[in-house]
Amino acid sequence: MVEQKLSVTLITGRTIDQGVGKELGKGSSEYFDSVAVCFLDPVDIKKLGLKNGANVQVTSPYGSVVVKVKKYTHGTMSGMVFMPCGLWANVICGTDTDSIGMPTFRGFTVEVEPAPDKPVLTLDELLKQEFGK
Amino acid sequence: MTKVIGSVVCTICGCLCDDLEVTVENNEIIKMKNGCAVCEAKMVHGYKSEERILKPHIRKNGKLVPVTIDEAIHEAAQILTDAKYPLLFGWTSSASETQHVGVELAEELGSALDNCCSVCHGPSVMATQEIGIPTATLGQIRHRADLIIYWACNPWSSHPRHVERYTAFTEGRFEKSEFKEYVQKLKAKASQKKVAAAIRRTQVRYQSPSRPKSALVEAPPQTLAKEGRKMVVFDVMKTMTAEVADYFVQVEPNRDYEIFGALRCLVNDQELDVDTVGGVPVDYLKEIADVMVNAEFGAIFFGLGLTQSIGRFRNVELAIALTRDLNRKTKFVVSPMRGHFNVTGANTVFAWQTGYPFALDFSQGYPQYNPGEFTAIDLLRRGDNDATLVISADPGAHFPKGALQNMLKYPLITINPDWNAISRLGDVVFPTQWCGIEQAGTAYRMDSVAITLKKVVEAPKGVPSDEEIVRRILEEVRVIKAKKTATDAADGNVSQEMVGSKKRRSKSIEKEMY
Amino acid sequence: MTEILIKNGFVFDPINKIDCQKMDIAIKDGKIVKKVSESNAKIIDVSGLTVMAGGVDIHSHIAGSEVNLGRLIRPDDHVKDVVKKTALTRSGTGYSIPTTYVTGYRYSKMGYTTVMNPSMAAMKAKHAHEELNDIPLIDKASFTLLGDWWFALENIAKGDFKECARLVAWMIRSTRSYAIKIVNPGGLESWGFGRNVHSLDDEVPNFCLTPRDIIIGMAKVNTMLNMPHTIHLHTNNLGVPGNYKTTIDTMRALESVYQGDKPIGHITHIQFSSFAGDNWAHFKSGAEEIANYLNAHNHMTVDIGQITFADTTTMTADGPFEFALYELGGHNKWVNSDVETESSGGIIPFHFKRKNAVNAIQWSIGLELSLLIKDPWKWFMTTDHPNGGPFFHYPRVFAWLYSRKAREATLKNCNKKAQKKSLLPSIDREYTLYELAIVTRAGTAKALGLKNKGHLGIGADADVSIYNINPETTDIANTYKSVRKAFGNAVYTIKDGEIVVKDAEIVATPSGRTMWLDVQTKEPCRINDEMKRKFKEYWTIEFDNYPVTDHYIKVPEKISIKASV
Repeated sequence: MVEQKLSVTLITGRTIDQGVGKELGKGSSEYFDSVAVCFLDPVDIKKLGLKNGANVQVTSPYGSVVVKVKKYTHGTMSGMVFMPCGLWANVICGTDTDSIGMPTFRGFTVEVEPAPDKPVLTLDELLKQEFGK
Repeated sequence: MTKVIGSVVCTICGCLCDDLEVTVENNEIIKMKNGCAVCEAKMVHGYKSEERILKPHIRKNGKLVPVTIDEAIHEAAQILTDAKYPLLFGWTSSASETQHVGVELAEELGSALDNCCSVCHGPSVMATQEIGIPTATLGQIRHRADLIIYWACNPWSSHPRHVERYTAFTEGRFEKSEFKEYVQKLKAKASQKKVAAAIRRTQVRYQSPSRPKSALVEAPPQTLAKEGRKMVVFDVMKTMTAEVADYFVQVEPNRDYEIFGALRCLVNDQELDVDTVGGVPVDYLKEIADVMVNAEFGAIFFGLGLTQSIGRFRNVELAIALTRDLNRKTKFVVSPMRGHFNVTGANTVFAWQTGYPFALDFSQGYPQYNPGEFTAIDLLRRGDNDATLVISADPGAHFPKGALQNMLKYPLITINPDWNAISRLGDVVFPTQWCGIEQAGTAYRMDSVAITLKKVVEAPKGVPSDEEIVRRILEEVRVIKAKKTATDAADGNVSQEMVGSKKRRSKSIEKEMY
Repeated sequence: MTEILIKNGFVFDPINKIDCQKMDIAIKDGKIVKKVSESNAKIIDVSGLTVMAGGVDIHSHIAGSEVNLGRLIRPDDHVKDVVKKTALTRSGTGYSIPTTYVTGYRYSKMGYTTVMNPSMAAMKAKHAHEELNDIPLIDKASFTLLGDWWFALENIAKGDFKECARLVAWMIRSTRSYAIKIVNPGGLESWGFGRNVHSLDDEVPNFCLTPRDIIIGMAKVNTMLNMPHTIHLHTNNLGVPGNYKTTIDTMRALESVYQGDKPIGHITHIQFSSFAGDNWAHFKSGAEEIANYLNAHNHMTVDIGQITFADTTTMTADGPFEFALYELGGHNKWVNSDVETESSGGIIPFHFKRKNAVNAIQWSIGLELSLLIKDPWKWFMTTDHPNGGPFFHYPRVFAWLYSRKAREATLKNCNKKAQKKSLLPSIDREYTLYELAIVTRAGTAKALGLKNKGHLGIGADADVSIYNINPETTDIANTYKSVRKAFGNAVYTIKDGEIVVKDAEIVATPSGRTMWLDVQTKEPCRINDEMKRKFKEYWTIEFDNYPVTDHYIKVPEKISIKASV
């Protein structure tokens, strides 16, 4: 059965591709390709009836962003969504710090849903949309 | 003209690998040996990309236009002096010489001062302040550790050469490298795959076993009984690091605290009355506890998985407490996997000048420290600052949206070598040299060993070092302040302000409390 | 350069045997000179005041990785002692480990002008020097931790002292250091695997030698290199009841190396190594035994490491000791920091309390030693800052030395058991200002081999401190409180001929110099490919990136010495 939406726990972190991408430049295509994505367990991708590389919308209490979905192949991670550190992930992260300075970067529930009609914004487009600059 | 420069230091992560061999031709790095993929991306390609900023820019009518360096310096100094309570943030990709001037600038301005530590290992620093930390330099671990635990971190991605240089895959005086064994394991795995494929071909219907979510799946416990170095990974998902490890324990998100607690009970010979903790069967934890106690020298490395999950610094505190307990039985050390190459340096430099590692405030004329009050995210969330200077960091890509939106309500000065996200958003944008490529300096490795960064190529003409920029801003600020005092005196206004002690009232902190 | 004439002061200059003489001191170009013309010179009239050479501290942890980690873990300590920025001085915080600038200001305010930073891990030397650059107003130097360095251990085990000496010379140069520091020899290497050594003859695991071999070997090396200072030794079993025996064993062991001319070893913070009794319950003072030994022998000097009853931060390269302290309980923060192939380290915040029997006895031990060692040239005043108490508590210690009344006042408030055990009531000795000048500047400068410091003779560095004490009219023992205040608030401190403190206020902030030894051996050590290969095996830093370069020393003072190997 295909589900409309999936509630999963957001994990953000580093990937080697994100590392390479950010060093090549924040405007580079490598950066875009490695950061404007999220990883889901193949089981969860199937649940949403998606294909590898499809556009999905990830929504948290703090915001919403469209990225490409990728299969996570190293091991099981069903019930979680992984997003590489970067602007796209930060759009949906919160500023609550538990009074110690560390914002809410991971470990909270977000919703993932297919977004076939919505585009993945580039860095500049996203900056324009979110900050008007 | 080609020259080869040896012992160059990589300026990516806290490992500060200093064995790079760089080939320079016509003032351009064309080749690099020994570095990781990320290092290569920066040292060979990224530093000279088209995204480089070559001129200072100021935003006029919504558009960034190139200006002279003098104009930019004056504009930046004017913004900072006019502001009631600016925030100076970043510093972690600068040399400690620059950080050094930064503290002086913050002191002169009576501003807030914070570094990237507050959004990565700030909680680790706080945990250290709570209960101390038994730690060691990386070489000590290389020579002696026969048990290496990576907890909630993925060095394969974030510190690509950590395993190879400092832990499991390196040769120490008392411990051998496990690299060969890993290669054998890989080969064995490949042959297993071949066998499986053969079986698949012969069987009509082959079904892969379903994957229940449990640590039991991919954790063959017999590997823990092996001789020599062992590597154990605790994480919420199976990362590449976990694939290399002898043992992987999959933890449920936000449950690290419980697992540390359980392990502490077990190493202190207490019984647990439950079957699983944080998604991990207690039997497995018992086994790990045994391995920990029986190690000659154990090392725990932990990452942002602890500091950013629920519990934050309390998670780290328990990791340290576990290490302390283990020291009663054997030798154990624990160390955070520091990210930016000189974030440790920022903590170090700030601490020797002010006593505090991050989250600083100078509004009273002396240093104050309070994470949660003077940390960048909290200041921005409340909207306390009316100007921001960002240096050698990219909060544009790494701060939550809400914090950035507040930052951008006021003037923003940026000092970064390339057009990263925050430079694109800046109002006064400085170009600067790449520290460790075009500029020499000092950086502190994750185990706080100072290493000298080398200058291997010349910076593009007219691009100053960030130290010079900060120093010039500081001088300009002093000039403006002196002028202001002079005019005030001429006008007969008696300045109520003490040196460097601007009146700051956090607008909404009281509101928040009720 | 300005000329200064200090007129009419009471001068105490033990090196030149000047005891409370009314005389003038002339300064030109940063040096003491015979005379200056009164018309050109700035004249400071110090009638009725005490004039001494600038203080020379032989052992005070003011900079380096360990010190800074101590700062980092103690926000609770800083918040009660904040220092505001002024037009001239930088802001900072205290208390037990003041920030770099504040360290400089506070030393200067006490009339100290030279401080030895006694514990620097070679691998972390750059850090130490970066911090030292930020300490204004005082000259400084660091001692490198070499007692558990693998290269040294291997060569001593082989019996190749000459090669060991060459390597040590290389290391002293490469770390821009001033002396050889040995901490719990053999113990730090053992601590690598969580163990320790407990006597001079325990074997160091994996290295086939004993602490005795290391101490004697390093003393020989020190002599071969003609080092200005002796080996600077933190004994085995420090902080363990009954350890005075180990301390005496250590001093006995060094008798064999003594050549009869100058001291061969310096035991630092000996108070912590003068414990008698079998355990903490039977803890008592071993000061008398140690003092008797020192009174009968001339080959050693010591400094005390006096307790001042403060909420302070203990820090030492002796990792196993700090762990043992942690195990005693009651400490929430424990830092251990091992350094590969070289050393270890530990930090624990510690509150020395008058009402605690052990702490009070420790306080008493320090003073008993100070008073029972007859010759003041053999011992020096330190608090092992910040271990026994912060350095700005020195005036308190002075008072206990020159005033029996001050001792009694403190002892009265101490733990009753400790009072009973203390020898202090039986000691009448009270230090004179002349003797005090020996244990705070003249003696330390001599022990360190600093020829231009610690005295006011012609050619000496113009480091002068002037205190508001009139030795003719003041009974210092009786009015110890006002004299104590005077020692904490110099009327003038002059550094290299520049007035830096006036009426206990900082008036100028020049950078001090960093002294380091360029030890020239006849043959260099074999830094060939073999050593470089070993280097790669032993450390995680490349050979080329290891040495401290000139960049790290803001104002260097290179002292070249010729070694005999």
